[in-house]
Amino acid sequence: MSVEWTTGTGSHPEPEDEVAARAKALESLLIEKGLVSTDAIDRIVSAYESDIGPMLGAKVVARAWSDPKFKEQLLEDASAACEQLGIGGMQGEHMVVVENSSRVHNTVVCTLCSCYPWPVLGLPPNWYKYPEYRSRTVLEPRKVLREEFGLDIDEATEIHVWDSSAEIRYFVLPERPEGTEGMSEEELAALVTRDSMIGVRKPRTPEETR
Amino acid sequence: MNGVHDLGGMHGLGRVDVEENEPVFHKHWEKTIFGTMLATLGQGLYNLDAFRHGIEIMNPAHYLTSTYYEHWLESVEKNLIANGVIDRDELDARTQQFLRDPETAVPEREDPELADNLSQLGRHGASTKREVVAKSRFEVGDRVRTRNIHPRGHTRLPQYVRDKQGIIERAYGAFVLPDTNAHGEGENPEYVYSVRFDGEEVWGDSAEPREVVYVDLWESYLEPLKERAD
Repeated sequence: MSVEWTTGTGSHPEPEDEVAARAKALESLLIEKGLVSTDAIDRIVSAYESDIGPMLGAKVVARAWSDPKFKEQLLEDASAACEQLGIGGMQGEHMVVVENSSRVHNTVVCTLCSCYPWPVLGLPPNWYKYPEYRSRTVLEPRKVLREEFGLDIDEATEIHVWDSSAEIRYFVLPERPEGTEGMSEEELAALVTRDSMIGVRKPRTPEETR
Repeated sequence: MNGVHDLGGMHGLGRVDVEENEPVFHKHWEKTIFGTMLATLGQGLYNLDAFRHGIEIMNPAHYLTSTYYEHWLESVEKNLIANGVIDRDELDARTQQFLRDPETAVPEREDPELADNLSQLGRHGASTKREVVAKSRFEVGDRVRTRNIHPRGHTRLPQYVRDKQGIIERAYGAFVLPDTNAHGEGENPEYVYSVRFDGEEVWGDSAEPREVVYVDLWESYLEPLKERAD
């Protein structure tokens, strides 16, 4: 079946109360038709508000920093490695981890929509979803990182940008900060930020967390 | 389609607006849209490719000035209407009712089985990887050129990497082809590859030093470089 779509409602941003009313209208009709339920919506919303977020990706990164065997598995098949920690699911069915080093810095973007590895990072922040980051990161990644995130990538370091245009979901294994020898996985995880796993900032240093 | 959603390389859109300590949802209606989308997608009332396409065909000016969850709402509405699940008139009438009286209660309904199914979908996902008998056309290390095509429907070949030379970096196996699946024309799984493009190949003199862009592309978006040279 080929669908003829109607065009949108025009160039004027709709007032927020209209969007809220449309959302409520849609939910009401679908509840009456038995196609959605209050508990289904509440539970999935609560999962992404409280349980699924960058703290899970931080656990994965901290384990990779601590355990060379796990790191090898993570780089080989990230979804399988994450599943060992009970982490995985929707929008992370086929995850790939790209590793930062002194030679290469990796950054992740989705120019066509806002694909993002939900099971390890949760739902994306607005800046990842909006046109500014999506348009510029493939064209001028060094400038975006420097001007928008305060991250200066040395000219000698290659910059690799991963455009998530298919169903593979990328996240970055940042370099382990100096001065973290002897830290536990839990202490290391506290250094790993969402932005460091998107590749737009470095992890925190031990000094920054004190 | 050569739509406004295809943003890679566009100029003039401005600074990245980073909100410190951003909440997962900003408004209650965002939660409603998020949950409603996943519940309806999860029950197969439309597929993810049709959902993405529903956003792409928004009025371009509206696309750029509306919020992320408004995009979702637009597409969920369009897909459910196109598939006969809801009716445009009943939706508009109900919207007017909530606008006239914002305190009108949304009906409540419990459905533990649906709630469980949706949680399971969140936990386990729904892969679009498929086993195919056909042999893949390319191997890691092959040099390829992206095709210079401009489909009017849904595609995942961004404009900024059309008619460009690259190298197959990784081979991921076969996945449902969005170009047909978005339009109800079947899954037609094809091999997907991560293709490596040098910055200069994509952006010419405007490329930054030592820049590489990797884009994940379906096999039919690619042709072997040697055939092209003939």
